[in-house]
Amino acid sequence: MSVMLNFDHAASTPAHPDVIRTIAEVMAVHSGNPSSIHRSGEAASKLLERSREVCAEALDVKPGEIVFTSGATESNNLAIKGVMLGRSDGRRHIVTTQIEHSSVYESCRQLESLGFETTYVQPESDGTVSTDRLLAAVRQDTALVSIMHVNNETGAVQPIEEIGRRLKSLDSRVLLHVDGVQGFGRLALDLKAASIDLYSVSAHKIRGPRGVGLLFVREGVRLFPLLSGGGQEGGLRAGTENVASIVGAAKAFRLAAEGRTERAAKMKAFRDTLVKEVRLHQALTLTEPIKPAPHIVHFTFPGLKSQVILHTLEELGMLVSAQSACAAKTEKPSRVLSAMGREREHATSGIRLSLGDEHTQEDIRLLSEALDKAVRRLAPLRGESDN
Amino acid sequence: MKKYDYLLLRFGELTLKGRNRARFEKAAVEHVRALLRPYPDAKVRREFGRVYVDPGSESVETLIPVLQNVFGMTSMSPVRAVRPELDEIVRAAGELIEAMELTEELTFKTNVRRVWKDFPHPTHEANPLIASPLLKRFPLLKVDMHDPKLELRIEIRDKAAYVYGEVIPGAGGFPLGTNGKALLLLSGGIDSPVAGWSALRRGLEVECIHFHSYPFTSEKAKEKVIDLAQVLAEYAGKVRLHIVPFTEVQTSFTQMGQDNLMITLMRRSMLRIATKIAEREKALALVTGESLGQVASQTLPSMNVIERATELPILRPLVMTDKDEIIRISRQIGTYDISILPYEDCCTLFVPKSPTTNPNLRIVNKVEAVTPNLERLIEEAADGTETIELFAGGSRLRREETDQEADIKQEWF
Repeated sequence: MSVMLNFDHAASTPAHPDVIRTIAEVMAVHSGNPSSIHRSGEAASKLLERSREVCAEALDVKPGEIVFTSGATESNNLAIKGVMLGRSDGRRHIVTTQIEHSSVYESCRQLESLGFETTYVQPESDGTVSTDRLLAAVRQDTALVSIMHVNNETGAVQPIEEIGRRLKSLDSRVLLHVDGVQGFGRLALDLKAASIDLYSVSAHKIRGPRGVGLLFVREGVRLFPLLSGGGQEGGLRAGTENVASIVGAAKAFRLAAEGRTERAAKMKAFRDTLVKEVRLHQALTLTEPIKPAPHIVHFTFPGLKSQVILHTLEELGMLVSAQSACAAKTEKPSRVLSAMGREREHATSGIRLSLGDEHTQEDIRLLSEALDKAVRRLAPLRGESDN
Repeated sequence: MKKYDYLLLRFGELTLKGRNRARFEKAAVEHVRALLRPYPDAKVRREFGRVYVDPGSESVETLIPVLQNVFGMTSMSPVRAVRPELDEIVRAAGELIEAMELTEELTFKTNVRRVWKDFPHPTHEANPLIASPLLKRFPLLKVDMHDPKLELRIEIRDKAAYVYGEVIPGAGGFPLGTNGKALLLLSGGIDSPVAGWSALRRGLEVECIHFHSYPFTSEKAKEKVIDLAQVLAEYAGKVRLHIVPFTEVQTSFTQMGQDNLMITLMRRSMLRIATKIAEREKALALVTGESLGQVASQTLPSMNVIERATELPILRPLVMTDKDEIIRISRQIGTYDISILPYEDCCTLFVPKSPTTNPNLRIVNKVEAVTPNLERLIEEAADGTETIELFAGGSRLRREETDQEADIKQEWF
């Protein structure tokens, strides 16, 4: 197979050529440590602050509210553990959902082993978390609500604005953390209007480098740092800053924010085409969130295992994903689909197609064709591979 | 569609000043022009003894915070201009009220001024004709003729009717520069930028002077002062900053074995250098951020001894102001976050363990007399002064320059 098309952009995106050039240039010119006080260090420190300003603008927040991290996993860890370990008012309860990314889920699990409590709210059958249900889980000792903007597996968009507004009128002392990894650059979200206190983003999901993420920490929110040392990032994240990559990431964040409306419109049109294609096949069950993100199409193929479908599509030149990339290597049923109440044969046969900036109409046509071929090839084999 | 067409600016205290009025108004309009320089599409118009700003392609919302810095301006109102017809006026008024997104009861009255006498409805008829459809449409509106929260003003002229209600407070004070020029001693601290702003607001043109003791103080300390002066330039439209190489003067005192007088001696030399610069720049006074009793050099005995080093009047806008209030203003004018950056300025160098709060003038005079070459060093410092001009909206330009020096390319971002 000569062409290999990547439809796994929710896992990672190819870096933007300008981002690559920026990183290479910065690396070639600047070798200073931002903490050094000589001119080389000051230049590095300036680069870092410029990057912070650019990111702040992309998120429409203040530069002082941006903490650079190594990625969204670290951002999520810092948000959740940082809040819970830093809180001294006796609140020891977290509300999150059953469909979060593993970095949120496992952070909560880890805190449970330290004596904190977590309620994992179940989503509705379409993959959306109901605000009523989420808020019903909030207790007097709840310190934090953590929820993702867009589910990375199904593309279900969560009602963040409504959650923020109602949470704060219910109890203004509960902090709201939003994992914005899949939403940023695709969907509008006004962090202030939605009363968001903490917001995680990753650069490599929006054509930036791997190894850089950020956490928006609203002014006035106090966190317990997870990395101790030289007091970088306002004391929240020690360690010499990854300057060149951060500059590249800032560019990627800016491009993502600026091109959002156009990107979303283009992706939505492609998504509509793919959705139609999936619906043509009786063997496939389209996952239909009430509000879907523009860049994710998800379906199940009951009777087959995700892996089999994935590798068949790979043979046909299409890279797609089973569950979220982080969980794809296990053969367990998808945690997200199970939480949505899907039977095992659905939860083990999910496929995610995710779109990126560089896709063309032609790519979508080729994918539809490959999908059609794969279904024809696999449908007769159903049942044999089921568990 | 844009919500407003013009901004109407009001200058209250000017009217008190009788024959100076024309000069004051001219200064105020010049200040408006200077602040609008970054927005070339916005135009200032003087009409019927009023000052209007036409935002052009800018939005009125962008210009409001900029124009709130016009000194001497007591308030401003965003204005809708419509055809002088009843229906149009009612529609515009309705849109203004709609934009307020009322959630609770609001008392109001209309106030019609009919300048164009051919408008078919006389004032006493026009008021109810405009008010009653509004009352019907917005149930939360209640008429109050005596003390309404919203006074909806309608001015009917032959070319247009102006409709406005919202009154936004301005900075007050006197138009910029109408009270002459002074030289501000600008340190990197919290107080002196606030003193500078207060001086600007009171109608003084301000130039700044800063004492730099490289390498005892870092380039960052100097950058910080430039940033502070830049903030003042955003208010003034333009500010000149004189940076004095102070290292030689300052170190000459360290040899004198009078550690506890260090600050007194230093401050007196600063005043002497500032006086020379002020004379050169034709400034008639010095301005400082001193606040009585705040530190050793700001006790009354210290001020007494220090002030004798100059014959110029020293204006101390903050002398009786509490620190909390100074901090509040510095936050409001946007200098606080810069001031608290931790770069030392020369005043915090060579600070003795116990600086005197009650210096002896006789001893101070004697030490100065025997400090080698003091006169010459002061002369050289004044002559070696570097002058920078900063303009409103210039911070981006300046940043790009310093970025370039640091090998930072704008296209990376």
